[in-house]
Amino acid sequence: MSNITNEGLILACSAIGAGLAMIAGIGPGVGQGVAAGHGASAVGRNPGAKGDITSTMLLGQAVAETTGLYGLVIALILLYANPLLGKL
Amino acid sequence: MGMQVTGLAPIFLSGQDVSEEFMIHSYYDYSFFGHPVSICTTHVTTIIVMVFILILALIARHFVLKGDPDNPSGIQNAVEMLIEFLDGMVDNSMGKHGRKYANYILTLMIFIFFSNISGLFGLRPPTADYAVTLGLALITFVLIQYANIKYNKVGAFTGLFKPLPILFPINLIGEFATPLSMSLRLFGNMLAGTIMLGLYYGLLPWIAKLGIPVALHGYLDLFSGVIQTYVFCMLTMVFITDKMND
Repeated sequence: MSNITNEGLILACSAIGAGLAMIAGIGPGVGQGVAAGHGASAVGRNPGAKGDITSTMLLGQAVAETTGLYGLVIALILLYANPLLGKL
Repeated sequence: MGMQVTGLAPIFLSGQDVSEEFMIHSYYDYSFFGHPVSICTTHVTTIIVMVFILILALIARHFVLKGDPDNPSGIQNAVEMLIEFLDGMVDNSMGKHGRKYANYILTLMIFIFFSNISGLFGLRPPTADYAVTLGLALITFVLIQYANIKYNKVGAFTGLFKPLPILFPINLIGEFATPLSMSLRLFGNMLAGTIMLGLYYGLLPWIAKLGIPVALHGYLDLFSGVIQTYVFCMLTMVFITDKMND
């Protein structure tokens, strides 16, 4: 167990960190699902307003998606542009 | 700017060096006042997209000038439909002051749309580089603050202290978070699509590449690209309108 290099340790921990960062995907998934469900029930109540409801729903979903994308960007930085390796 | 390829990327991809396919490459390095800069993939693809849009615009101009204004046909019809759709969208969400911003919205929409779907033609989408999306979001930020000062006069600055003076730092951060979240949203979506397709093409055997990538391209390039174009333009309009009504 003594032959783990410093770089190897950082790479392994970065991979784990990238995986943990993608847990952020849970929130936007739930949020977008709730928005889509309410959009569907709104269309059911008032089919005439389908266009407005759809555009409002898409806008809200895009905003809700932002937090998940922050997690994605952090995961990608850890995988492809690791800032921690420079600190060795 | 953009993500640099570091030596460690292949380690995470089971020994194969597929990350080369979807990362930004440098074609020509030079020194700008001592600062190293390079002509990279993003510049080339942006210029290709721009030339394509320019040719499209010249064709549209030719047909609109030659055509009969009362009896449109062919390409003139398509151009008029696009403009009417845009005018309707702007009128719906921005009200009567909205027409002044329609030019900017259409420019933004056409550039982002063709950038996003350029992945279909084998290019690396320019919007998958953070520099491009941050630039677009900063233009929108300047426009938002211009509308803020124009419609609210001094209220643009006193509004930062609005509910309570102690909330000033939070309000200031809120203003500057707008371009950050807008640019990261577009960038994250496009980069995720690019990386997914790069991994798919790079890691799987040839048998998996028969027909299946059509669905991936359809979702990641076309659907996601159109939705993100719409969202970016819609958010620009929403934020500008928000400053008008204050």
